Amino acid sequence: MTTEAGSETEVKENAEEKSAARLDQSKKATEKTQEVVEEGEAEKEKEGKGITRYLPTWFKKQKSQSQTSPTKEDPPTEEPVSKVNQEEAHVPEVNGHAEEVEEKEQVKEKESESHSNASADTEPAGEEKVEESAQKSLESTEETQEVAEKEEDKKEVEKDRRQGQTSIFQSPLRLVRKNKMKLVVCHVTLLDGSDFTCEVEKRAKGLFLFFKVCEHLNLLEKDYFGLTYKDHHEQKCWLDPTKEIKRQIRSNNWQFAFNVKFYPPDPSLLSEDITRYLLCLQLREDVASGRLPCSFVTHALLGSYTLQAEIGDYEPDQPRPLDYINQLTFAPNQSKEMEEKILELHKSHKGMTPAQADCQFLENAKKLSMYGVDLHHAKDCEGVDIMLGVCANGLLVYKDRLRINRFAWPKILKISYKRNNFYIKIRPGETEQFESTVGFKLQNHRSAKRLWKVCVENHSFFRLNAPEQPPKARFLTLGSKFRYSGRTQNQTRMASTLIDRPAPAFERTSSKRISRSLDGAPMISITDTSREAENGHEPHLELHSDSKSPGRVRGDNIYDHDKTQDEVLKHQASVSELKRSFMEASPPSPPQLNLWEKHLTSSPATATRVQQQTVVLEEEAAGTADNCDAKEPSKTTEVEIEETVVVQEISKAAKPAEELQTWEGQVQGGARLEKKRESISSESESDEEAEYHPNVSLSIRHAQIPEEKEEEEEEQERKELSASSSPVEVNQAAAAVEDEGKDCAEEEKKEVGAEEPMKTPDKAPNGMTPHEEVMCVTTEEEELPKVNGEDSVVEARSQVICCSEPPVVKTEMVTISDTFAAQKSEIATKEVPIVHTETKTITYEAAQLDGSGDGEPGVLMTAQTITSESLCTTTTTHITKTLKGGLSETRIEKRIVITGDCDIDHDQALAQAIKEAKEQHPDMSVTRVVVHKETELAEEDD
Amino acid sequence: MAAGLMAGFGHYTHAIVRGIPASLASEALRSIQAEVDVTKARREHDAYVHALRTTLGLQVVELPADETMPDCVFVEDAAVVCGDTALITRPGAESRRRETEAMKAALKELNLNVVEMTDESATLDGGDVLFTGREFFVGLSKRTNQRGAEILADAFKDYAVSTVPVMEGLHLKSFCSMGGPGLIIIGSSEPAQKALKIMQQMSDHRYDKLTVPDDLAANCIYMNLSNKGHVLLHCTPEEFPESAKMFEKLKDHMLIPLSNMEKVKVDGALTCCSVLLNKKADN
Repeated sequence: MTTEAGSETEVKENAEEKSAARLDQSKKATEKTQEVVEEGEAEKEKEGKGITRYLPTWFKKQKSQSQTSPTKEDPPTEEPVSKVNQEEAHVPEVNGHAEEVEEKEQVKEKESESHSNASADTEPAGEEKVEESAQKSLESTEETQEVAEKEEDKKEVEKDRRQGQTSIFQSPLRLVRKNKMKLVVCHVTLLDGSDFTCEVEKRAKGLFLFFKVCEHLNLLEKDYFGLTYKDHHEQKCWLDPTKEIKRQIRSNNWQFAFNVKFYPPDPSLLSEDITRYLLCLQLREDVASGRLPCSFVTHALLGSYTLQAEIGDYEPDQPRPLDYINQLTFAPNQSKEMEEKILELHKSHKGMTPAQADCQFLENAKKLSMYGVDLHHAKDCEGVDIMLGVCANGLLVYKDRLRINRFAWPKILKISYKRNNFYIKIRPGETEQFESTVGFKLQNHRSAKRLWKVCVENHSFFRLNAPEQPPKARFLTLGSKFRYSGRTQNQTRMASTLIDRPAPAFERTSSKRISRSLDGAPMISITDTSREAENGHEPHLELHSDSKSPGRVRGDNIYDHDKTQDEVLKHQASVSELKRSFMEASPPSPPQLNLWEKHLTSSPATATRVQQQTVVLEEEAAGTADNCDAKEPSKTTEVEIEETVVVQEISKAAKPAEELQTWEGQVQGGARLEKKRESISSESESDEEAEYHPNVSLSIRHAQIPEEKEEEEEEQERKELSASSSPVEVNQAAAAVEDEGKDCAEEEKKEVGAEEPMKTPDKAPNGMTPHEEVMCVTTEEEELPKVNGEDSVVEARSQVICCSEPPVVKTEMVTISDTFAAQKSEIATKEVPIVHTETKTITYEAAQLDGSGDGEPGVLMTAQTITSESLCTTTTTHITKTLKGGLSETRIEKRIVITGDCDIDHDQALAQAIKEAKEQHPDMSVTRVVVHKETELAEEDD
Repeated sequence: MAAGLMAGFGHYTHAIVRGIPASLASEALRSIQAEVDVTKARREHDAYVHALRTTLGLQVVELPADETMPDCVFVEDAAVVCGDTALITRPGAESRRRETEAMKAALKELNLNVVEMTDESATLDGGDVLFTGREFFVGLSKRTNQRGAEILADAFKDYAVSTVPVMEGLHLKSFCSMGGPGLIIIGSSEPAQKALKIMQQMSDHRYDKLTVPDDLAANCIYMNLSNKGHVLLHCTPEEFPESAKMFEKLKDHMLIPLSNMEKVKVDGALTCCSVLLNKKADN
């Protein structure tokens, strides 16, 4: 679900109205989700109530709901929706094989939904407003698939409900299910052009239909195949087996096509002829439609094998073979000459069985350079039209027909997309020290997501031994949790060896297909197949599943992506918290309140979809003595901790460029790093310099997990292993700590999915991401902390400086040493050369703030910066201990940079950040909150 | 064609060569000023043709030299032949454009499917085209541009065509060539090594490499002949003693050193002087 950017006031009212009515329900709903709901939920809910009116953003969510029925809104109507979804999560599906992952997602969504509901406790507003906002949102909405699905679903449920007169407090779904099992007729176009019709339950998952088709085809090696449908934009999409069909397809268009999804690099390894036959059918169509380009001779050769497979040996007395042949389409521009050549070659295949002919066909087809390459239109960083090809080996970049770059899967550390940008983070080469990120611009958000999904699936299928578990939802982890969960090629090959049946008889009747060849068979474009059931899928996994057994193929972390609705909702929920906690901790003076208001209400989000935001929270508190301080053990020391949270959100740079990241683990002593990138065609070459603050003793970073070694890469791999192994460990440790929610300093840092499409040196020794700080919200906390062991941890580390680079500057690196995040943020924001943005910075300072933080310069005892990343956020925690007179002061500055899409809710993120900070340092207080939000006035391209 | 797609790398039956005009000495293009002895050059060339015809048994089509085309001996630049398709290029040096006429006629004579590069914005020298048996690499050089590479990709649709920037040297093949299936012979200069890296990165296939100390020595002619097996025509020890030694590592290859002292002065390498094709594949 997208968070619509509509008029916030309106939204607010709308939501308030609804939520007032539904408060109870939503609570109930929340309870139902218990098992998935994480602790602290109750809190959230509670907190949410108080600050509703400061939190317009989360009503965006509401709005998208109201979109369903923009006019007559009876608030309770919608509630069942969420309930239904939750219910659904627990109702074992007939054909759904432990879809817990997805369900979880849903539940989460709902959960936050209900939070927002719960917190909206103000009086209802007029209905016209609701309408208005709904309409507005409709206009401005970028219609994501999810939204569509949701809506549709909602309508459905509503309908059902009305009919069934179900109590809204019970699950309507359950009743509906019991009483009316609606069946729908699905039409599936098979590879031979024939139509397969079958009935499925209306709520059936994609897998069910897929299995039905495979059953019909008598196909066992199904994993190479998938079903496609056409979405609202006439784009062919892969039907996600794990999701309900109804939610994916265009309303009531139950039309599908059965297609090859993963082209086996070596078809001879397939177990059964029937599988090869189906692959042949697909390829014939690919060739005939021109999707798989080949030369005249190859067209002729492939055509001749087709003839041999279909009509057998050439018979000289066959009546007018040329008449027959020109009914068939072998090539996009089929000439008489070609047909003659085909016939001529056909003669030479005498005696070949159909299965042999298919094999020959495949042996030749597989060598074609575009075999199994799924092309996507894109633009490079300079706006030049290119094609991105996803295949078994990796990602190919084409300009016209020329291959201009190639990124093998083992070279890719991370794949991400943001809005219509698609990014890959590249493992540094032998001579390179640093990772780099390459960005591409897709036509729109949908195509970026589609490409991303294709990459995720292709990588998983061809490179992993087993599918990766979807990421666990957690705070500040934005993005799609989509993962491929079908069998990988490895697994399917294993399974194939177990096939023990006589070769099934099947009829080769491809002429049908051939005659309709040019209608454009579905490109492999969207991928969405998971067959969790078969894999015994375990849904509840660690986010960073990098802890998989060593030696195993790991590509786990390479998928980054946009946040999804549920995440957005979470953010929304936490905004309230943020605000509340801030208000409570250090009530801002009236003007500040106004700032808040102003910020929230006048947010350009209404007009534009892209929002960039930085929130700086500063908390300060006076605490008790820090006993941990070895230098001043017995004195009463005043310890001040300042925590700065910088939440930064970046939508995108106006112009995509490459991002260059440099980071190095365990650099000691202010090493000066030079990055040399080898320029490979489109990539510009640049030398980067980075200066690191000395004393980097620990790097905490969620390094992207090194992927499976590939023979070719082994050499390189070896080198990299030494470089990357330790950081990885550290990161995991950090993650673990964070999971417990205890360590103040260690916030998990996951790579920000998609940095700006430019080169940004990522120099942080601990792998700080390049912040393109367009907007930041900074929260600072200053406290007198109790010593609780954390400090020792803190002291063990030294300072790491995180530097940010402005998005468009390619080669320069900002070097900051021994500075605080706040300063950094300033620098960064100043330098951001984005033109089309609106920036807003709001600073709050707690009344009690006495300026001790900036006052006398104390003696710096320790300083450290820890950076953690989640999908769209980068958290940099900067902890310094200073001695001021006899007092030791600990200042924790947390800076959270949210790099986000339009869908993000910064306020919620901010709220969460503050909340977390407070939780981590209960003795501290927030002294300053700086919210820096930058919104890009971007055109909507969707 | 029974062997199918992409089989028979290095299988050749015919070679097209061209005589050396007297104008080569003074008018042929060159990157370094040097005195060329036409007589010596012709002697070299005779040995070259002799090797192709007599030693290796290829059918050699000899085009007559044209005095108005000082560079015409370097026939490689005029056409790219792969399978039964021949792409007539549009050489980057304007003075060489007319060289393609005779080449086109000869290829048509041999019944090849001739494709012409008519686009006025395209330039392509055959010396920038490295065919590995599985794919093409096209050097983007002073003589070859993107458009030329695109047209080549269009002419040979079965194959991946990747572009490689040529930083130094005249052509891509000024510092590399194929030494066998999956074996790239590469010079040791930095630009050469860089280019190799790019090629390796761009390719779905794995290539072994044989690095030779001298870039120019990396230009060899590989053939796989039915009665001779692997054949490599390479530089002489007199020219490049260190590099020549390297080829001895190729135990399975029939090694034929050929002197190229004079032609190299006008940037002519071994591959430059012939267009090789396989007529049998087509029958």
